Amino acid sequence: MSNRILVFIAALLIVLPLFIVKNTEFAGTDTLAEEMIQQTAPHYEPWFHVLFEPPGGEVETLLFSVQAALGAGVIGYIIGLYKGRKRNG
Amino acid sequence: MRKKTWWMTVCIAIYILFALSPSAYAMHIMEGFLPWRWALVWWLLFLPFFFVGIRHVSHLMKQKPEVKLLLALATAFTFVLSALKIPSVTGSSSHPTGTGFGALLFGPFIMTVIGTAVLLFQALLLAHGGLTTLGANAFSMAVVGPLVAYGLFVLCKKCGISLRISVFLAAMMTDLATYVMTSFQLALAFPDVTSGVWGAFLKFASIFAVTQVPLAITEGLITVVIWNFLHTYSKRELDVLEERGVFFK
Repeated sequence: MSNRILVFIAALLIVLPLFIVKNTEFAGTDTLAEEMIQQTAPHYEPWFHVLFEPPGGEVETLLFSVQAALGAGVIGYIIGLYKGRKRNG
Repeated sequence: MRKKTWWMTVCIAIYILFALSPSAYAMHIMEGFLPWRWALVWWLLFLPFFFVGIRHVSHLMKQKPEVKLLLALATAFTFVLSALKIPSVTGSSSHPTGTGFGALLFGPFIMTVIGTAVLLFQALLLAHGGLTTLGANAFSMAVVGPLVAYGLFVLCKKCGISLRISVFLAAMMTDLATYVMTSFQLALAFPDVTSGVWGAFLKFASIFAVTQVPLAITEGLITVVIWNFLHTYSKRELDVLEERGVFFK
């Protein structure tokens, strides 16, 4: 199966939920697992806290974007390098 | 052509099936959210794999320095995929793992090191996961996941399943296995009062694993895409890895 079709299906799988599922914010927080732990073990106190927390959603978004951008850059570079190398023998 | 149509139908059928699931969230285990005894247990279980991984990496660097770029590629792939929070049909978001791809190229233990590096980055800078839970998170994402990928790939090869479908299945199941393991870890630490560990496992799996199904399929597809690229443009490196006996074609 060609890459174009594969990427298309992958994109479809990501975009479709936005139209199928209504009344949700697609929250990516860990809140529900936390809530479930609080239900099962109401007296459980997290005994360690994160050393550094991004101050606010914007900075967190920035850091996640940087992570993805760095990775994507490296992937593009390497695939491009391999492609060029093959073309030039 | 008929085979392709069949394959696509199965994918879409599974997808629609899970579109009916209830809303949930999914991520790694949060900082401080494992009792210290369990945190310690998972750290101890994880460390041996990590040390084996370090040895494999340094061995590979010495023996086959020409595959360095490929290692960078596997690392970058894991970085990208685990940074992407993707909406799922359950009405929440989670991220793929990206560890299956590298495990197919280099074997499971090298991916333990790479996966751990990504988890450490997220724990320190993004407050995502945590240091105390790093052992547990690394055990699920960087030990169990890659092992599943590798085992399944070898099995598919023995059964004579075509290369691309093997890659797809291995990458997909890696992703799923990671979150099934996460659910299991949480269930062990927080068993349900009435239904015990198994009941708790089902509850956590309904949060973590079900959301992950469409993402796992997506990860499988994307892994095949990058695999196709390598197959077309970088036969030389793949042959080098194959010689080493790690990569099965």
